[in-house]
Amino acid sequence: MKPLFLAFASILFLQCAFANDAAPLADDPVTEQRLISISEEMRCLVCQNESLAGSRSDLANDLRREIRTLIKEGKSDDQIRTFMVERYGDFVLYRPPVKPITWLLWIGPFVILVIGIAVLLGYLRRRNAVAPSKALSAEDNQKVDALLAGLGKDERDEK
Amino acid sequence: MIPEFGHYALTLALCVALIQGVLPLVGAHYGRRELLVLARPAAQTVFLLLAIAFGILAWSFYANDFSVLYVAEHSNSQLPVVYRFGAVWGGHEGSLLLWIFLLSTWTILVSQLSKALDEFMVARVIGVLGLITSGLLLFVLTTSNPFERLLPAAQDGRSLNPLLQDPGLVFHPPMLYMGYVGFSVAFAFAIASLLSGRLDAAWARWSRPWTTAAWVFLTLGIALGSWWAYYELGWGGWWFWDPVENASFIPWLVGTALLHSLAVTEKRGGFKSWTVLLAITAFSLSLLGTFLVRSGVLTSVHAFATDPRRGIFILIFLSLVVGSSLVLYAWRAPKNTLGGKFSLSSRETFILLGNVFLVVSAGSVLLGTLYPLLIDALHLGKISVGPPYFNSVFVPIMIPLLVLMGIGPWTSWKNTDLLTVIKRLWLAGLIAVFAGIAIPFIMGQFTWLAGLGFLLAFWLIASGCLQVIRQMKIGKPTRSFIGMQVAHLGIAIFVIGVTMVGAYQEEKDVRMFTGETVTVGGYQIQLMGIEVVPGPNYQAIRGTFSLTKNGNSQAFLHPEKRSYFSSTMPMTEAAINTSLTRDIYVSLGEELGDKAWAVRVYYKPFVDWIWGGCLFMALGGVLAMSDKRYRLKLKRVAA
Amino acid sequence: MKAKFLIPLLLFVVLVGFLAVGLNLDPHEVPSPLINKSAPAFEVPQLRQANKTFSPASMKGQVWVLNVWASWCVACREEHPVLVEIAKSGLVPLIGLDYKDKREDALTMLEKQGNPYLLSAFDANGRVGIDYGVYGVPETYVIDRAGVIRLKHIGPITPEILKQKIYPLVSELQKS
Repeated sequence: MKPLFLAFASILFLQCAFANDAAPLADDPVTEQRLISISEEMRCLVCQNESLAGSRSDLANDLRREIRTLIKEGKSDDQIRTFMVERYGDFVLYRPPVKPITWLLWIGPFVILVIGIAVLLGYLRRRNAVAPSKALSAEDNQKVDALLAGLGKDERDEK
Repeated sequence: MIPEFGHYALTLALCVALIQGVLPLVGAHYGRRELLVLARPAAQTVFLLLAIAFGILAWSFYANDFSVLYVAEHSNSQLPVVYRFGAVWGGHEGSLLLWIFLLSTWTILVSQLSKALDEFMVARVIGVLGLITSGLLLFVLTTSNPFERLLPAAQDGRSLNPLLQDPGLVFHPPMLYMGYVGFSVAFAFAIASLLSGRLDAAWARWSRPWTTAAWVFLTLGIALGSWWAYYELGWGGWWFWDPVENASFIPWLVGTALLHSLAVTEKRGGFKSWTVLLAITAFSLSLLGTFLVRSGVLTSVHAFATDPRRGIFILIFLSLVVGSSLVLYAWRAPKNTLGGKFSLSSRETFILLGNVFLVVSAGSVLLGTLYPLLIDALHLGKISVGPPYFNSVFVPIMIPLLVLMGIGPWTSWKNTDLLTVIKRLWLAGLIAVFAGIAIPFIMGQFTWLAGLGFLLAFWLIASGCLQVIRQMKIGKPTRSFIGMQVAHLGIAIFVIGVTMVGAYQEEKDVRMFTGETVTVGGYQIQLMGIEVVPGPNYQAIRGTFSLTKNGNSQAFLHPEKRSYFSSTMPMTEAAINTSLTRDIYVSLGEELGDKAWAVRVYYKPFVDWIWGGCLFMALGGVLAMSDKRYRLKLKRVAA
Repeated sequence: MKAKFLIPLLLFVVLVGFLAVGLNLDPHEVPSPLINKSAPAFEVPQLRQANKTFSPASMKGQVWVLNVWASWCVACREEHPVLVEIAKSGLVPLIGLDYKDKREDALTMLEKQGNPYLLSAFDANGRVGIDYGVYGVPETYVIDRAGVIRLKHIGPITPEILKQKIYPLVSELQKS
């Protein structure tokens, strides 16, 4: 009994002794956080289409190391972005900078949305003045019934 | 010898497809019945021939026939049988053959299930489908022949990209293509009705179940792709706004608009021109997507190997198909009569407003995807448009749409009293606001984005529940009604999933020695050991991790790092423990010095609700499709 | 009222136009923002003589070519004969930047294939490469007398590129 108990106890003891918390991979989690949020919005230049944060390529590792250094030097997010753009061009940014050539891109959708809603409502208003009230839809219904001849009252539209 | 039969089958299929495409359309135009009746038999023959061709290609993979170039490039004798089958569509040529085979599948379904339809219409629909099939077959035979020989035959193949050796691969492309290709049916119906000069509500009724079916498949296909990327790529993301992903999402958005627009046209006879245009657009976007993925015009992780000849051919094909349909549209659509009148405050208006949002959002995704190309073509430089753009633009456009979704179903056709609607909805609004405030606090941190997400989701859920309660008082709900509720519920579930994961996921990157523990999301994950494990065509390093919460052991996780014999890059196979309310995701990184390992763990709350929501959407579509009025037709056909 | 029905067609035609142009472009080619800017300064040890350093400032007053290479780079081996040609012609000095390489491997490659470089600077950790916007070896820069980058070529140099782009530019710059 005793050896068994000892064995059991020592296993338990070892388990407790080993239940250490793993150390974070990065030296400084705060820097790491900033690195991730900055590099998530950058392109890995050697990959087909991956972010700088996610890519495991050599160049991505080097560039992340570089950005880490810049963060530690106290550079702001904008300064880091400028650093990258100076060397690799706008292509490296996943968030296209807002300049005249990207106005269409950033503003376009919202402008089209507003125009679309306006056009729709305007069109509907004009249509109401022109469209006949009842006759046509009843006629259409009859056409439908004729096409599906023999299906009778079950085929009425619901509500 | 056998691959040559496959080649002959394709060539024959082209000839018959041309017959299927040209003669019935000519017959319909001149009223020659003897040409009309060729439609169905031609479609059946094409289907048979393509089934044979596809079967032969599949057999070549199964039998490891490396004298076929395509097999040698995408398969390997060590590849497990299941993946050999999936490899049939792992590359450009095979996936294109799958595309065409599925097109002929849809064609034959239409041909068999349309007995009650006017024979001129049938002839035109099958004819249009035949023309598309011919064009694609011509493409395959001239630039992308899957049966091309490699002589002398290779000893063994190059094998499938390890990323693609996964069950998800076997299902994702067929599902996706069923959707993509399925929109061709709505397209064919639209063209047929433009050709006949008769555009009535009957056309809408006929198109609707086919469009819904295609939409269901596309929904599932996209969801499957997203889920596959999540568990396969090892880094926990589920959507990257990659050009190829966008290429499938844009038709989905337009397809959703089309579904709703068809409802207006079917019920009220209005907006036929708009609906026809949407039908043409949805399929055109499918073709455009096919072009973008295979032409080398955009950078993407998904892109197939590119060849400029292929790009040019698809572009010409795309231009012909879409160009001629839009010319036909411009010519014939204006002749349409208007449908019934409806006031500005009515269900029609709400649906159409919804259409505007959906189409604009589709347009903005398309704009973002093509913008780099646009700028480059104008020699204005090279820019990238990535997730930050799409998230900033797409989400704000969707928000009003979600609000509309909660109101729309309460409105009546033709005219509705908005005040009454608001009176019925105040409770839903209250629940929404409460959820938007309470849930973030329960989860531990309030952010405006999270609050907004929950508000919108619960707005939809509450509105839907109130609708169901009200409907139960009136009478038995139709399948169509239930379908709508389920589909909209799916969206709400999806939004909850996205909001939860976006706002409350936790991630830790640690250096682990055996025995050490990392805590994430309230769970303890302990590294028990690392061992080397052989696989069928790879060697794996496998970690064993125990998952515990509050001292209770929940599961063991086995992430792997696999070195495939046929590839130099090691693959990360993440281990995921799934439950209804969270995923625990463990990914093995590199081995660091002195037996420590880099390990990444995620706590992802409610992440499976993202794909669960998509399942509900698809289920809703299936329910709607199986509504009584469509089933009666089937019964009639069987009789 | 009929004109509005032509809008979709018109939009489509514009789209196809752009796609057609797009077929001839390469989405992977990244133009350098360093063109017409001063070559970034650096000072790193030389490859052969590790106790000596190299800095682009030392080339001021001359038109010169900087070639980024590595012994592990397959494409660099392809372009090597062309570089040897440049060296033989003596038209323009060629300086190498050995990128993220091992000294022994690099020296061995130069032994075996010939050394076209006046000298090679040794960029062990790739820091200089980053400043020059290097993302794929080999890459080649033409730098003028004032130390301004005038051309960046990505990928191996072929005899055609040499004849059509590099030599003409070099002779033009040398005239000033």
